[in-house]
Amino acid sequence: MESIVRIPSVTGVDVELKIAGPGGRSYAFVIDWHIRFLAAAAWFIVGTIAYAGGLRVLPADQVQAGYTFVVAAPSIVIYFLYHPVLEVLLRGQTPGKRMAGVRLVALADGGAPGIGALLVRNVFRLVDSLPSLYAVGLATTMLTKNAVRIGDIAAGTVLVYDEPPSSALLDRLSGRAVSQLGLEQAQLVRELLDRWPQLGIDARRKLAADLLARVGIPAPDGDAALRAKLEELAG
Amino acid sequence: MSGDNVAAAKWFEQRVAEWRSAGARLRSLEHGKSVPPATVLEAVRAYPEIARDLAIARRGAPNAALTKYLEGVYRELHRSLFRPPAAFWRSVLRLFTRDAAAAIRELRWQIVAVVSLFVVCIGAGAWLVNAYPELASLFASEQMIEGVQRGELWTDNLLNVFPSSLLSVQIFTNNIVVSLIALSLGVLYGLGTFYIIAMNGLSIGGIFAFTAQHGIGGRLFQFTAAHGFVELSVICIAGAVGMSLGEALARPGELTRAAAFQRAVARGLKLMVVCLSFLVGAGLLEGFVSPNARFPLAARLAIGLSYFALFLLVLSGALGRFATARDPRT
Repeated sequence: MESIVRIPSVTGVDVELKIAGPGGRSYAFVIDWHIRFLAAAAWFIVGTIAYAGGLRVLPADQVQAGYTFVVAAPSIVIYFLYHPVLEVLLRGQTPGKRMAGVRLVALADGGAPGIGALLVRNVFRLVDSLPSLYAVGLATTMLTKNAVRIGDIAAGTVLVYDEPPSSALLDRLSGRAVSQLGLEQAQLVRELLDRWPQLGIDARRKLAADLLARVGIPAPDGDAALRAKLEELAG
Repeated sequence: MSGDNVAAAKWFEQRVAEWRSAGARLRSLEHGKSVPPATVLEAVRAYPEIARDLAIARRGAPNAALTKYLEGVYRELHRSLFRPPAAFWRSVLRLFTRDAAAAIRELRWQIVAVVSLFVVCIGAGAWLVNAYPELASLFASEQMIEGVQRGELWTDNLLNVFPSSLLSVQIFTNNIVVSLIALSLGVLYGLGTFYIIAMNGLSIGGIFAFTAQHGIGGRLFQFTAAHGFVELSVICIAGAVGMSLGEALARPGELTRAAAFQRAVARGLKLMVVCLSFLVGAGLLEGFVSPNARFPLAARLAIGLSYFALFLLVLSGALGRFATARDPRT
């Protein structure tokens, strides 16, 4: 069962946010980990080749300030400051979170968390990552109501699913279909037609027949006839 | 064709254009670009209308795609309209002139407790090494011990090993990490913080006692004179913040534990941002001044105490009062 966090609004209609559980959270983290690891490694490798004339381990006495500041330190900065910097710049998102369709929001108002809150949740990675592999953080997301890690509890943030609204349905839903079928059935007909090519013949016939039965229309025989009837109803 | 269906169709046809334009408007609002006032006013007007439409859709077709679309539009309108104004630099200024001082006042008892613990542990560390010199191995590596026994400090040749710039970065990064660990381990009801502060105090006391036994305690003090005042103060303040987190969890008062914890974290973070910026300065002093033999003790003390005075000036709120007095609007 999906968990919802409800944010009260001045309109009296709550904003409902679907909480991302440990799965969605881990998925985003794994994507981000690969991005930051590859970016840091790429900087280090390219920098070392440019500085040392080849990919080789420099002896300690050859490691100078220039190498440290231009090659080593930026790689470490990319790896360790990836989350705080990108979460601040992208207002609660990172490339991994975007790909996973999740976003950080403030639990108080459902808006993007402030810089302070984002810094807090990143400072507490020190605790969440203990003893290794984010064990504390993962355990906390499994045990808390809003599936949050200690950093989120400290910062008052929560990770939620964030699918951008797509208006594609609005263009294909007609007033005639709504008046004939009602709001819910009209959308179901439209969605079934959209998925028609991906469904197996038996499955789509059964769904179409059930749908037509619900609105009291007899189902015609044959796949093409069923589709034509649905197209006619959808307007 | 039922009356309900006709009403739903009428509602849909009347509102669909508004839903489309609200969705399109969101893209410009969400990306934070400068938008014309008319667009913002349109969004403000649309917000309660979309809320009403969503309430109708939730009742009529709770799981339908149209409801999900309206949920998305409403959620993003809410996020855009209620986004606090961006005032980054003003917030930073406030942090240094007012917020840090306010946090210090609220945490004064925790600071007293942590400083007392730190001082007691320094004394305990010194006593332990004086009474049982072999315990120096608890606080120093074998290499350090052998060096001190020869009358050499491990800091003597630092600049031959690392350039000052590199040394500074290593030092302030390490100090920042230690401070943040001392703070965040407060989540273990303050016990983690207690451990970090106690261990730091014992180590400092033990090492000073051990170097004093070999007649080079003064040189160690000389090394730490420029950076130590601020560095140790920040570690104590981080400990006090960590202790306040533990206290919020153990004794949340009228708030819930989570709310008390969040409040303590928010207050502590403001203070720590200011303290950690001073830690960067202390790291630079430790990299450029402390290991450089050309600075005599008097110069080191002058630098260290001046920097510490600036630190106290900011944390006492005197800087804020000075800024307020000079502000013509006040």
